[in-house]
Amino acid sequence: MSKPQQVRGTVVIDVEACKGCDLCIEACKPEVLAMTTAETNTRGYRFPQLLVGCTGCRACADVCPDFCFSVFRFDEPKTWTAESGLQ
Amino acid sequence: MTEDRRPKELFVIPSSEAPTDASRVADFTPDLIDVGEHHLCPGCGEPIAIRAVMDAIALLGLAEKSVAVFGIGCSTAFSNNLDVEVLQALHGRAPSVATGVSRVRPGLAVFTIQGDGDMANEGLQEVLHCAARGENIVCIMLNNGVFGETGGHLTVTTTIGQRTKNTIEGRDAAKHGHPMRIAELLAQIDGVGYVARGAVNDAGNVARTKRMMVEAFTAQQQGLGLSFVEVLTMCPTGWFVPTDEAPNYLAETIAGTHAVGVLRSALPSSPSD
Repeated sequence: MSKPQQVRGTVVIDVEACKGCDLCIEACKPEVLAMTTAETNTRGYRFPQLLVGCTGCRACADVCPDFCFSVFRFDEPKTWTAESGLQ
Repeated sequence: MTEDRRPKELFVIPSSEAPTDASRVADFTPDLIDVGEHHLCPGCGEPIAIRAVMDAIALLGLAEKSVAVFGIGCSTAFSNNLDVEVLQALHGRAPSVATGVSRVRPGLAVFTIQGDGDMANEGLQEVLHCAARGENIVCIMLNNGVFGETGGHLTVTTTIGQRTKNTIEGRDAAKHGHPMRIAELLAQIDGVGYVARGAVNDAGNVARTKRMMVEAFTAQQQGLGLSFVEVLTMCPTGWFVPTDEAPNYLAETIAGTHAVGVLRSALPSSPSD
């Protein structure tokens, strides 16, 4: 059983708009964004993926030059485990 | 294709669809930017600064009486993307065009968007005289210390030690002269109502810059004279640094000379200072 983690927010990522600049990775305080290393969008750029633990702080959206992020805060915080995902 | 080398314990959360049990706190593009797609380089700071401007206009409810006057530079790429009236000026001349608009339609929120090469090299006298006349407009200078659009050479704001295409070892005062601090220059002129310098190298500075934009437009609406906001922006292409190192490069190489903060304000209080 993996350790449950609280998740307060989430992001929708417009992968095709991304130019792979990494600014969101640096800006993300909970460190829940990670760039792909091999996978790219159709323009050939690496793009960020969301990991467990987003707080919905919107720092990624604030620093993104390519408008790739839409940020949400859950009405009630969720719990994530590897076995059951977000609940 | 090579195998993805991320550690296996990183669990990726699906992020392609909006959740139904959550409230949106930030949309892809703000209300007043119609088209988010642009041809600026990866890691460019200018779209971040322009978003701060448009957020401030939306917040103050000025969308229907805003007129943007764009100068010539990389940021001109945004002149077709904004949901406000836009005029295009020649190199360095945006403050004079804005003066004309402001004088025939004094109730409007007229603002200019220029780069440092445009405002400080090609047309410095325009903004200086606008300030001295106390024109009731907002002038915004996106300062990356590089003529980005025309090849990446140094501008008058390039700081000592900053790399550009023709100061590849860093600007050297003996060879290339000294940088000018445009916000400080304008802050000493009597006709200005508000002068501030922001930056977009981290989320904290982006929020602060947004507050400066709100104050600048508030001062303009109150008829306090020229409002000027300089915004330090990243140009990883022009600086020859990786995109993820550009925010630190800005903080270490540029913000030391061009200090972030409110330099002058005729408003009763400036919370962003």
